[in-house]
Amino acid sequence: MKKGVFEGIKVAEFAAIAAGPLIGKFMADHGATVVHVESYARPDGFRSNYPPYKDNKPGLNRSGSFAICNNNKLGVTINLKAPGAIDVARKLVQWADVVTENFTPGTMDKLGLGYEDLKKVKPDIIMLSTCNQGQTGPHAQHPGFGSHLSSLCGFTYVTGYKDCEPSILYGPYVDHIGVGYGVIAVTAALEHKRRTGEGQLIDSAQYEGGVQFMMPALLEYTVNNRVMERDGNRHAYAAPHNVYPCKGQDRWCAISVFTDAEWGRLCKVIGKVHLTADPRFATVLARKRHEEAADREIAEWTSRQTAEEAFKLLQDNGVKAGVVQTIADLFIDPQLAHRGIFAPVEHPVVGRTHAEGPPFAFSKTPFQIDRPSPCIGEHNRLVFTEYLGYSEEEFKTFHEVGIIDAPK
Amino acid sequence: MEEKKKLLDNCRVLDFSNQLGFLCGKIFGDLGADVIKVEKPGGDESRNAGPYYKDIPDPEKNLYWFAYNHNKRGITLDIEKKTGREILKKLIEKTDILIETFAPGYLAGLGLDYEDLAKINPKLVMCSITPFGRTGPYKDYDGSDLIYMAMSGFMSLVGDPDRPPVRVTLPQSYMWTSMHAAAGAMMAYYHRGLTGEGQHVDVSAQAGVLWACSISPSFYDYNKELPGRAGVFITGRSITGAKMRAVEPCKDGYVNYIIYGGPAGIRTNMQMTEWMDRKGKAPDYLKNKDWKKFNIATVTQEEIDQIEDANNTFLKGVTKKEFFDTCLEKDMLGYPVATSQDTMEDEQLKARGLWKEIEHEDLGAKITYPSFFTKFSTLACDLWRRAPLIGEHNEEVYAELGYTNEDLLNLMRANVI
Repeated sequence: MKKGVFEGIKVAEFAAIAAGPLIGKFMADHGATVVHVESYARPDGFRSNYPPYKDNKPGLNRSGSFAICNNNKLGVTINLKAPGAIDVARKLVQWADVVTENFTPGTMDKLGLGYEDLKKVKPDIIMLSTCNQGQTGPHAQHPGFGSHLSSLCGFTYVTGYKDCEPSILYGPYVDHIGVGYGVIAVTAALEHKRRTGEGQLIDSAQYEGGVQFMMPALLEYTVNNRVMERDGNRHAYAAPHNVYPCKGQDRWCAISVFTDAEWGRLCKVIGKVHLTADPRFATVLARKRHEEAADREIAEWTSRQTAEEAFKLLQDNGVKAGVVQTIADLFIDPQLAHRGIFAPVEHPVVGRTHAEGPPFAFSKTPFQIDRPSPCIGEHNRLVFTEYLGYSEEEFKTFHEVGIIDAPK
Repeated sequence: MEEKKKLLDNCRVLDFSNQLGFLCGKIFGDLGADVIKVEKPGGDESRNAGPYYKDIPDPEKNLYWFAYNHNKRGITLDIEKKTGREILKKLIEKTDILIETFAPGYLAGLGLDYEDLAKINPKLVMCSITPFGRTGPYKDYDGSDLIYMAMSGFMSLVGDPDRPPVRVTLPQSYMWTSMHAAAGAMMAYYHRGLTGEGQHVDVSAQAGVLWACSISPSFYDYNKELPGRAGVFITGRSITGAKMRAVEPCKDGYVNYIIYGGPAGIRTNMQMTEWMDRKGKAPDYLKNKDWKKFNIATVTQEEIDQIEDANNTFLKGVTKKEFFDTCLEKDMLGYPVATSQDTMEDEQLKARGLWKEIEHEDLGAKITYPSFFTKFSTLACDLWRRAPLIGEHNEEVYAELGYTNEDLLNLMRANVI
């Protein structure tokens, strides 16, 4: 069996919901041993507060949102508020190479699990703290979810139809930007540790990651004093550039034309070669000026095709096109299937579901999805007795004193 | 304070990417790598689409280029010419990471596939970024931001239900794909450090955007529910199917304010009612509400509508700044719907030291950029240099390979560089 990039790396994850756990998930998909820490007193918010639940029946082990962020991991329960629990948490840190957390800034310090505390038990520990606004600064303590942060970060304002109120982006959009940058940062820190033996504290603000995705709009403002506005599916330098209705209910095909050559090929596919001679559409400037007329010509054709037919016919003839795929479409997309993106896992409570693989594929160290997300506390015995070396007696005591707490 | 270390100061990245990969190379540059952006003689095509500095349409004044190609040196090279390929092979000997966005099969046609290059440098990490992946049924299909946003499922989740699906006006797929490509290339580079083994990383733009769909696949996977577009509304939070407005118009724009449950949500709802009451604008049904019993999972649409109706009226009389200040002061969930102006004026980003000006001598101007993507305790992540002009570092880079000025003149005459 091929080894994953993070084979042998141990991660203790004091993180919940999306941004923190998904960093661990990317590592677990590539061989890291990741222990997700939560408790019955404070289960991961995705287990308890967010749909979907299998068959719409809530339950800590029935959450789909938890599942998609936590496959390939081990689950333990440590009630950090219980007396003696912090010593156990520190023992887990001692075992680990990497600690991740996404509490409100300062919480880990208050618990006695701040970077300085952790360095005492594990001098070369890599600690990643991820949150909305960063660990420092006047707004560091302000609470917020990704669904709010996408607006502060500027994404909402530039999304939607012209002259209408903005449309929101789905879910905690910016969290997932934080995940990508988080994986990069942890890997960089591991490389640094490999070279020098030195650990690292990583202060990852999802806000600042998001700003990286907004840069051209920010330059437009600072350099040209122009605030970028939303403009539907239009493109300043390409036309036609839109989505077009297809056969069936709410089915759409996206088409983008950047050059006159592409326009010529499009006209041929839709059986309207005469449009290439039409002065309204002769150049990109002319097409921009008459893009609604061009849209009507294209829509007249697409509405007679299925979105899949239109997409393939256009692509086969050198026109950039795509189906506006629904989430259901993704599960039967042959290209994503070819990449093994949705990998089946057998969950003991909800049965067969799927985990989502990474967007990159390695030639020598492929990702492996071989376990569903853990049930709450599922791996307590394994982690406490085998990994951390506690005796059966100690393990029993942890239950009695509530370090390992009981279901409510 | 001890100076932070450049992790990648001994790492050479050769960047043959178009806009699909610009940010990938930049991320390595941010961490101190010597990133060499390679353009074809005359400059990269992407320089020809705006926006431009002061709206002057000039390939040397392209703002998109400025945004994602800083922290790189720039050379020109035509690898379609035999001499160009020989030069590339020399460069590859000293390259740690190669980033490229050519169509699948293009480099193989030139005898420059991963297998060919790995013979020259077995430790090479090659990162190929393509629209759909290097292999598979759609490998030869092409795309653009709109196409990737569509094919990833993202657009099916954005926009009004009675209007077409919509993308983010500022292209996002290139950044998503680049960021994930950088993660993959960094992992391969780390693996190489451990084992001495190079490898090929295959990144798909379609797959690169998938995580922007967040947890939506789990709704379909678990219950065959199909998340769709809901305009300004948040869905999927309540088992009654109630949806909550996320965007409310205010006096000078919009704010993001959502009725939530949980401790933070309930605190927010209470503070909002108190704020309205202080201004004499809280209706009795809000004042009399027992917020502590409010349950977002079981709330009905009727109740949500009633609360939002009052909030909506109130927020119309409030500015973005008043709203933001109150949220900060009262620990409420909520942010302004920021414009690019708001982002540049944000106090937190300023206090974090995010912005850094850099001199563009050719423009006689300084331009402000965000200087890091993450803060590290001892590693540097910073803005080191502006984006290169076309062929700006030809002399420097080719001299490092042993080419004389006379050689360079000949190469220029032959249009190789």
